[in-house]
Amino acid sequence: MSVSGLLRRPWLWAWAGALAVWLATAAFTGGRGSTEVLSTALVFGAFFVIVALGQMFVITLGPGNVDLSIPACMTLAGTVSMKAMAGAASMIPLGLLLALLVGLLVGTLNYGLIRLLRIPPIIATLSSSFIFQSAAIWWNRGLRVKPPEMLAGFTTAKIGGLPFLAILVVVLALLGHILLTRTIFGRSVIAIGQNPRAAHLAGIHVERVRAITYLMCATLAGFCGYMLAGFSGGAALNMGEEYLLSSIAVVVIGGTSVAGGFANVPGLWGAALFLFLLVTMLNTFGAGAGIRMVMTGLIIIGVIVIASGGKSRN
Amino acid sequence: MSRLLSPGLVRGLLPPLSLAALLIAIFWLQPRTMSYFGLNLLLNLAVPIALATIAQMFILCVNELDLSIGAFVSLVACITATWLNDTPLLGVLALAGLVGIYALLGALIHLRDLPSIVVTLGMSFVWLGLAVLVLPTPGGKVPDSIRTLMTLKPPYVPFPILASVLLAVIVHLVLMRSAWGTVLRGAGGNPKSLARAGWSILRIKMTMFALAGFFGVLSGMALVGLTTSADANIALRYTLLSIAGVILGGGEFVGGRVSPIGAVIGAVTLALAGSFLSFLKLNPDWQIGAQGAILIIVLALRVLISRAEARA
Repeated sequence: MSVSGLLRRPWLWAWAGALAVWLATAAFTGGRGSTEVLSTALVFGAFFVIVALGQMFVITLGPGNVDLSIPACMTLAGTVSMKAMAGAASMIPLGLLLALLVGLLVGTLNYGLIRLLRIPPIIATLSSSFIFQSAAIWWNRGLRVKPPEMLAGFTTAKIGGLPFLAILVVVLALLGHILLTRTIFGRSVIAIGQNPRAAHLAGIHVERVRAITYLMCATLAGFCGYMLAGFSGGAALNMGEEYLLSSIAVVVIGGTSVAGGFANVPGLWGAALFLFLLVTMLNTFGAGAGIRMVMTGLIIIGVIVIASGGKSRN
Repeated sequence: MSRLLSPGLVRGLLPPLSLAALLIAIFWLQPRTMSYFGLNLLLNLAVPIALATIAQMFILCVNELDLSIGAFVSLVACITATWLNDTPLLGVLALAGLVGIYALLGALIHLRDLPSIVVTLGMSFVWLGLAVLVLPTPGGKVPDSIRTLMTLKPPYVPFPILASVLLAVIVHLVLMRSAWGTVLRGAGGNPKSLARAGWSILRIKMTMFALAGFFGVLSGMALVGLTTSADANIALRYTLLSIAGVILGGGEFVGGRVSPIGAVIGAVTLALAGSFLSFLKLNPDWQIGAQGAILIIVLALRVLISRAEARA
């Protein structure tokens, strides 16, 4: 790959940004704790990547396609599975199964609304998320049930210094990459995003592909909710909150076109690390909550402006 | 009969009918609300929601989406309860500046062809961060004049109803009935032909975003006039409520098809949904969920009507 070819890679900016932010943090602390920061970033980035992977496929379907029910789905899956397991190690597989089922159910309902009622996906997933959020509140009354110790240990385990969860999600991302670039399903998603009518005329089952995409996104959100609840000592009602913005931001900063039709997986990891390291950097610099949020927002917008400039030049 | 009840008419009547049905249900469940004071209490919080919904409507009208309006209204509420009260000049300047920033956002989104969802998501962080900086802990005090206005007791008609009707009629006249409004909406319907006819799409987008900012400011001031103090998270749910309100009122995501009267009705319907559910003695856990369900039901009805329309 030539240098100019590398520079045109859409995921390059996210990785460059992540590296720059990490180096800035390291320079400020004189290199102290830099590897620990990276290790933490890998874990939190992994959660971002799980949901962003689903969101990426949904956004790639084209304008108007976005899943706003991810936070509610995560919360519901986390709540249901934690309560079912009630801290018993023997129930871990069943808990996982339940979380994935919750995801499937959420996805089915979302797609049903989109398809049968012809509700725009934004409104469909938004309205359904209200229902799922309520269901999560009702199911557990906001009580935090501790995850089984084995699950908590699993989500925080390290292999050769690397967080196990991060390795798992790298493999997941690799599978996502293959799904996107090497399978008929992935190519169909991209084709639909570029031109749904042409995709239909080319013989693609547009609605079937859309259905699978929304189901997959919700199932991944359910999986993320399960893992996050295990990681953070139980399911909290606001556990999914920040994932609404981050799932979309990670996808777009990662170089996937928000207008659909163009996607890439490597950028997801770059953008996820970038977002986490950015907050870490601002924390290290001693910024308060207010400044931190303002800076995060401005930098996200800045990245979008730069990335879109690159697109129009090509 | 069939001429009288054409699907197009039914479609237009759907928002007011849903609102009427909800109101009747509330009156039936709790007859005491059927009074001046009952209605006042019931509809009070609908005013800021309606203003935020109108703000969102201007953005949707030019085929964009504002995911930051809730955080923006929160910021305005914080500024109103602090600067506007303590140093009015600084407060007014800050609020005017915010409207200006909205116009610039419109320009940025248009010139660089950016996805408004992402830009406004980013801005929601900025607004929230600023709100935390202005008012780190809940508190502040609303200026007396705003408090007086929001607690006005006009004869016969409760203030929230008067304010909502006034809002709907004024925006309707300007956006739907004036030549200027038609041009503004055209930027959502067919920007290319509008540009060929010599209009500046950039200027239209900036105008629409500035209008959204202006009504967002009004929303924040109205909200703080009712609650008397503010906090940085006070209006975060307005983002979703405002989008839902516009759609509920018959607006579409693309094509400049919006309805100011419908949007106000949609906002009031959503605001009432909460009271309705508490009168039903529904488990409060399901409050938010029921709002989602009401939204889905109304949208489902709309689909049924459009199908009838297609058949006719």
